[in-house]
Amino acid sequence: MTGKRAWFLASPLILAVVVAVGWAGFAPIHVPTRDELFEIPKGTYARRMAGDKVEILPPSITLTLGLNDVLLLRNLDEVPQVFGPTIMMPGQSFRLPFETASSYDFACTAHASGQMTVEVEPAPVWPWQKIRWRLRAWRGKNQQ
Amino acid sequence: MRLFAPLLLAALLALTHAQAATPAPTPAAPTLKAGVLSPVMPAPALKLQGTDGQPIDLARFKGKVVLVAFGFSNCGEVCPITLATLAGARKKLGAADASNVQVVYVTVDPERDTEAQMKKYLASFDPTFIGGVGTRAQIDAAQKNWGISSTKNVASDGSYSIGHSSSIYMIDRMGGLHAVMPYGHPSDDFVHDLRILLRT
Repeated sequence: MTGKRAWFLASPLILAVVVAVGWAGFAPIHVPTRDELFEIPKGTYARRMAGDKVEILPPSITLTLGLNDVLLLRNLDEVPQVFGPTIMMPGQSFRLPFETASSYDFACTAHASGQMTVEVEPAPVWPWQKIRWRLRAWRGKNQQ
Repeated sequence: MRLFAPLLLAALLALTHAQAATPAPTPAAPTLKAGVLSPVMPAPALKLQGTDGQPIDLARFKGKVVLVAFGFSNCGEVCPITLATLAGARKKLGAADASNVQVVYVTVDPERDTEAQMKKYLASFDPTFIGGVGTRAQIDAAQKNWGISSTKNVASDGSYSIGHSSSIYMIDRMGGLHAVMPYGHPSDDFVHDLRILLRT
């Protein structure tokens, strides 16, 4: 009787977890844009020259093919900034698409280390890959 | 338990149905394979001596799509691949389109890359390629304007190699620095982008 009662009470919770995990693993991932935006704020160069080592951009950025596979950088600073393959003038943006999963190292003057890594992962196909992608996206949203 | 099993089955069926009925959205793919700068601004200045015997000034190539890259003739790794890729892209484009594409390869090693040396080196890939040579001060100014880094690595025997930026800069027909192709893309990607830029 106690066992049956426990099952009765726990079943909605178990069901909710199964549905949530099932949804995260099987439902298609909707993304409004493939652009992953990062902005170099005004005053970055001045802060750097003043000895401020605060990181403005993350040292490593993870992108996923087919979902967010375009790196969009905006230079809002008052001086040109070098990002890997190019130099961005003040007010200019650089939209770099990726088509191959790999690890890309770029020079970047917006980083104190002068380096930036872009990790490009394959598109999530299997349920556990979708769950992992959703968890990362959720964590990223909460960190903003 | 008797209630749970049918509920679980119904939930799984609903999820399977949702998966089948809702196609994953396909956001619009980027137009160019290269990274695109926006707004497009005039290409940085490039005042050097060309291996075709004329001074290099990008205004001279207005109306053509210009591919600018930096390297050196003793480069054993990056430059041969880049130049072979660009030569392959010009071939694939066909004569008409290729005649409107100019490759300019600027040395980062002015001490060794004389006009004659650079001309001979580039001709082994495509005789239409123009090399940009000059004094150390002129090359340094060009590298600064274009955000190009280079590092000299000297071996114990005194020989040296140079690590350098390896991207290819795509200048549109109006002289704007439109896009940048990172190193490693195949010639087909250049053909794709050049066809778009030639018709823009």
